[in-house]
Amino acid sequence: MAEFTLPANSKPKIGNTYPAPSGAKRTKTFKIYRYDPDKSETPRIDSYTLDLDDMAPMVLDALIKIKNDVDTTLTFRRSCREGICGSCSMNIDGTNTLACLKPIDEVKGEVHIYPLPHMPVIKDLVPDLATPYAQLASVEPWLQTKTPPPPNQERLQSPEEREKLDGLWECVLCFCCTTSCPSYWWNGDRYLGPAVLLQAYRWIADSRDEFTGERLDALEDPFRLYRCHTIMNCTKTCPKHLNPAKAIAEIKKLMVMRQ
Amino acid sequence: MSENSMRTPLARVRGLGTAKDGVHHWWMQRLTAVALVPLVLWFVVSIAGLAGMSYVEAVAWISSPWVSVFLVLLIVATFYHAQLGVQVVIEDYVHNEPVKLAALVALKFAAIILAVAAIFAVLKIAFGG
Repeated sequence: MAEFTLPANSKPKIGNTYPAPSGAKRTKTFKIYRYDPDKSETPRIDSYTLDLDDMAPMVLDALIKIKNDVDTTLTFRRSCREGICGSCSMNIDGTNTLACLKPIDEVKGEVHIYPLPHMPVIKDLVPDLATPYAQLASVEPWLQTKTPPPPNQERLQSPEEREKLDGLWECVLCFCCTTSCPSYWWNGDRYLGPAVLLQAYRWIADSRDEFTGERLDALEDPFRLYRCHTIMNCTKTCPKHLNPAKAIAEIKKLMVMRQ
Repeated sequence: MSENSMRTPLARVRGLGTAKDGVHHWWMQRLTAVALVPLVLWFVVSIAGLAGMSYVEAVAWISSPWVSVFLVLLIVATFYHAQLGVQVVIEDYVHNEPVKLAALVALKFAAIILAVAAIFAVLKIAFGG
């Protein structure tokens, strides 16, 4: 039946407190989810109070500050620190976003930081994204053609055809949208989720691709595509301001068009 | 998702392949929804207009040809639409396969029994039973 009770380790306990450095005038407290599945401890929420005058402005800067100066055991993913790599996706102040693009002063009061929702936790803020990565691979996100490439020339595309990819190519695959989707929470083993469906549509919409029909075939499934119930959390949460819900709607339109 | 298995993530994701289905369900849900807008508006307004009428007058209303036709259409669209919607809810939330199958079978049977009973009632009145 539906799961009405929470699985083990769902309720974190209160953890350690790290006070503000002495002499700090402007402080902010970060409540951060800590969990190591390899140890037999329930997850805990550690509390770190930092000096805002002694650090850069983004939430990722605070995490790096903690890791460097306060508590080296804190684990999180990050790379580019400018919203391009998609590594530092996490749940900040109740919303999935990129820590590097989230200014601390946008959060009123304490800053609550959790890993992306409803994914297995590898450690602290690092979720296991093996399933969404495999789902991405399953839609074969690369150009596929029967026509061999023209000699000494690229495959041509008009400016209008290229424009159709705007709002799709910018996705950094942070999976903020996918892990914000209740339908993905309940059926993530079979539903591809908004990020992967947006990627699928990016290749369906590409005028150079010759496998549109096969791509639609691979999506025509009550779960892979049609678990999307237009909840729109994906579009609301996207840190790159893309619209996965619209991409999914376009796929559904094409499914009807080819009937 | 947390199934203890040595299969690769890609093998689990590709699973049994696509059902090559879902468009018809999606399209019929939208079609019946569009049909239900005028039908339900008509039904609500008509029922409100029946307030205070006698039994004989109500039976006469139901048995008039267009009213009978629209009532049957309303019943078909309602039960078709409802079972499509509840089917999705069951598929979303019931993850125990035998329970899911039983719930889906019960849902389809219930929708057909209720729809046939309702249509039969209208026709019985319409044809002067």
